[in-house]
Amino acid sequence: MHVQPKYLPLRQSDFFADGRGSRTPPEGTVARGQLREDTYLHTGLIDGKPGDTMPFPATREVLERGRERFDIYCAPCHSRLGDGNGMIVQRGFRRPPSFQEPRLRQAPLGHFFDVMSNGFGVMPDYAAQVNPRDRWAIAAYIRVLQFSQNAPASALPAGQQMPSPSPLQVPSTAPSVPERKE
Amino acid sequence: MAQVFHRSTNTISRVSIALSVVAVAVFFFAAEQVQRSPYTSWRGVARTQAVPFSHQHHVGGLGIDCRYCHTTVEVSSFAGIPPTKTCMNCHAQIWTNAEMLAPVRESFRSGKSLVWERADQIPDFVYFDHSIHINKGVGCASCHGPVDRMPLMYAENSLQMEWCLNCHRAPEKFLRPRSEIFDMRYEPPSGEKPLEVDGKKFADQQSLGTYLKTKYRVRSVNDMTSCDTCHR
Repeated sequence: MHVQPKYLPLRQSDFFADGRGSRTPPEGTVARGQLREDTYLHTGLIDGKPGDTMPFPATREVLERGRERFDIYCAPCHSRLGDGNGMIVQRGFRRPPSFQEPRLRQAPLGHFFDVMSNGFGVMPDYAAQVNPRDRWAIAAYIRVLQFSQNAPASALPAGQQMPSPSPLQVPSTAPSVPERKE
Repeated sequence: MAQVFHRSTNTISRVSIALSVVAVAVFFFAAEQVQRSPYTSWRGVARTQAVPFSHQHHVGGLGIDCRYCHTTVEVSSFAGIPPTKTCMNCHAQIWTNAEMLAPVRESFRSGKSLVWERADQIPDFVYFDHSIHINKGVGCASCHGPVDRMPLMYAENSLQMEWCLNCHRAPEKFLRPRSEIFDMRYEPPSGEKPLEVDGKKFADQQSLGTYLKTKYRVRSVNDMTSCDTCHR
């Protein structure tokens, strides 16, 4: 009774040659609700080129979802800041470029979606781990990360400037930040 | 005529009646202890695996989220055991020559599944769904224990029915905010460390749990302890 002759997810099978109870659907099978009607949502491509729009509006919920998923699946290498200095990189994985690089700052949104879906260089694809909607949410959040370190000072609410000008002595220019050593 | 029975017979018969009652009690007590012991439930017994995967290293040391590998835990009954490809996401580049990882590379090359020993196993006559627990505020560690401190995986709890009912009878003792579900070091709120949820401050588990029970619309104890909730 504890072990019944039925297949539960990933249970071993004596019947099938490869020993797997979970079967791979025959090629061309479309599961219910998984017909890829919205091609842009699933490819990020418009006429073969990465598009620069979201397939759905980037609301606050979408961005928060993007941050959560980024921190789970991307941050191990890219770090939570997106500077490419994550824990796995510190353990020897090849360092990915920072999202602040000019090339990536100019890259269209669809490029990030495409990299997540198909991999890029040594980065494997995350198609099996992150569903298409979440991949778009992550792409949108990468834009947030890029903006966060390039926002004009005028976009900040009063009192939140970093570094804040001293109340005693207001410098004429912001102090320069020394470059980080590699 | 001499007596048929010796005069000690009265004593012996009284003592043996008393002892037989004790013997039956000891038998049932012993049977119950065996049933609840790790001998039966495997609680706290580390499983031997083909690859000695360490959650302590990957979760506690590297800070990888549970969901990086157990991708379907929020949306499915089954949390998901990662395919070999997930291991290779990193190990295609790191520890590529490690002897310990030879079975992983072999599995990736041949396409044959790695075979893992399950540490937390529920009998087939129990219907269990991970997603509902996650979404109603039950943390991973509430059932699986401090996985980030387990060099080899073991079951923290017996997963026997009396243990399930601890929570199904009084969920407010265990619920936590959804944002804290995957936090392995989460501690229930206390006087020194109150927890703020929706602008309200909670200084003890009882008040927090009662609030979350309403907020997440956890079913009544009657519903949750009904037989067909889990045995359907």
